[in-house]
Amino acid sequence: MSTVPDTTTKIRFAGDGTAFDVTGVQWIINPWDELSLTRALQLKEESNGAIEKVTVISVGLKETEPVIRKALAIGADEAIRIDTAPLDAYFVAKQIAGSIKDDGFDIVLCGIDSSDYNGSLVGGMLAEFLGIPSVSSISALNIENGEVSVNREIDGGKEVLSVELPFVAIIQKGVALEPRIPSMRGIMMARKKPLNVKAPVEADSLTEMISFEQLPAKAACKMVEEDNVKELVDLLHSEAKVI
Amino acid sequence: MNFDFTEEQIMIRQAARDYAERELIKDVLERDAKAEIPWKHIKNLTELGFFGMMVDPNFGGGGMDTMSYVLAIEEISKVDAAMSVIMSIHNSLACYGIERFGSDELKKKYLHTLAAGEKIGAFLLSEPEAGSDATSQRTMAEDKGDHYLLNGTKNWISSAKSGSIYIVIAQTHPELKHKGINAFVVERETPGISLAPHEDKMGMRSSDTHSVMFTDVIVPKENRLGEDGFGFKLAMQLLEAGRIGIAAQAVGIAAGALERSVLYAKERKAFGKLIIEHQAIAFKLAEMAVKVEAARNLVLKAAWLKDNGKSFRLASAMAKLYAADIAMEVTTEAVQIHGGYGYVKEYHVERFMREAKLTQIYEGTSEIQKMVISRELIRE
Repeated sequence: MSTVPDTTTKIRFAGDGTAFDVTGVQWIINPWDELSLTRALQLKEESNGAIEKVTVISVGLKETEPVIRKALAIGADEAIRIDTAPLDAYFVAKQIAGSIKDDGFDIVLCGIDSSDYNGSLVGGMLAEFLGIPSVSSISALNIENGEVSVNREIDGGKEVLSVELPFVAIIQKGVALEPRIPSMRGIMMARKKPLNVKAPVEADSLTEMISFEQLPAKAACKMVEEDNVKELVDLLHSEAKVI
Repeated sequence: MNFDFTEEQIMIRQAARDYAERELIKDVLERDAKAEIPWKHIKNLTELGFFGMMVDPNFGGGGMDTMSYVLAIEEISKVDAAMSVIMSIHNSLACYGIERFGSDELKKKYLHTLAAGEKIGAFLLSEPEAGSDATSQRTMAEDKGDHYLLNGTKNWISSAKSGSIYIVIAQTHPELKHKGINAFVVERETPGISLAPHEDKMGMRSSDTHSVMFTDVIVPKENRLGEDGFGFKLAMQLLEAGRIGIAAQAVGIAAGALERSVLYAKERKAFGKLIIEHQAIAFKLAEMAVKVEAARNLVLKAAWLKDNGKSFRLASAMAKLYAADIAMEVTTEAVQIHGGYGYVKEYHVERFMREAKLTQIYEGTSEIQKMVISRELIRE
């Protein structure tokens, strides 16, 4: 689970444009991870006790704990925080793999990307480090009589796969309608649930951020009368420079 | 002074905001037009624990503080104040009333049900001839030895139909005037209770308001709240707490109107530029923002005093007076900023304006708040 800036945050860059300016930012659960958590909780509830627990794992410093506790409030049974800043996808995948490789687990659900850096790398790397399969772009995840099936969105249709456990499920939209709202009881219980802090494993970061740039501001929309094709062509040629 | 909210308070505020923005918004206009009770939302908000959120967990409540409660009420009110008034009356009058003044037996009998939101609460004080002048109660609760016999009519009862556990104020010893008044817990299903048709209100239309008639209604002796003759004091103390909820509601209505106005002013163009770039509109928004923030701070102060066991009579009256008055001002300006669009229902601000008006009237009119405040000044 990643902690990311609220999706309505005004993005600014610090100093020389090599870092994201976190001043005044509200932090939330990465929306794809929140959806993954929602589906994990539904699967647990549907399993009649066959699924023992849902554990949330996150790589981040102590400041991320309120966000992790929200996951506990929503219904996760326990949480693990690996006490280091998430440097890049390789580093994060190494940390998660290092932490869970000896734990018993059946499915690792992770969002397809985090809404801040959009790398889409952690899930695949994690499966590789764990030596287990992964399925990407999952839009439905079901378990019936112990059989796991997933839907993948593919060009012009969907693909239904049957998957052996354990595996990494890389989740996109569709697995659950919308994230859950924590109940008062959940919020009250969150502090009583285990949030285990683990030391990071030795790992390198393989990326270096050179610079960030803001998208150019959107130009104002120009309206052309429907019968004025000449003006349209002129504008596309001389202003938009696309023809 | 610490202005930081706790992690839990932030989560509760967000949960209420998420519910309002995802669910209440979907049918708020339709329910307002049809004056429909929001049954589905009452059920959902109950499951999330918003009904009974401040009740002691030993009675199945959420054990949350008043601060969390006002944050939740504000968020719900930003979208749908009719929903929040059902929530406010349930929490700060019915639950709080029984928890604070009920015997252990009464708590056992009713508090679990209320705290779990299985039944909704209502508070019956006003009468055809006893609104602000609550001392002149005509509803009689005759002491018949092993029970009380209730006769009379209560007016303007919010949640009269959605609610089924009533706190009823009635006169037992007319010769003692307000010192003869009692408060009772009465189940709506008791024989002899009937509801007049719902009031066709200007705003808060999705909250159900009725007159309630009592004809020879038998109330068990043990359903009296507090000592014989304590009813008037109880009602006044309950309203002191209830006002915090209504003040939070007024802040929510105003804040909702402000949010929509800022968004609108950033989109709408006039004379070649966005209207927010016209000082006439920008200054209006600035003034609205200051009023909302000041009212919110008064509400939070009152909630903080209550949470810390301090007297909050003055603070809750000030919060309710100011928040209700600025809600009216801010929503009126919101309609003005929206121009013609503001006057049609689709843009919500005309509804906020209709809703705001009631906050100046119920649970003590603005004039009554001034009486409470000035009396406290005289006493000091």
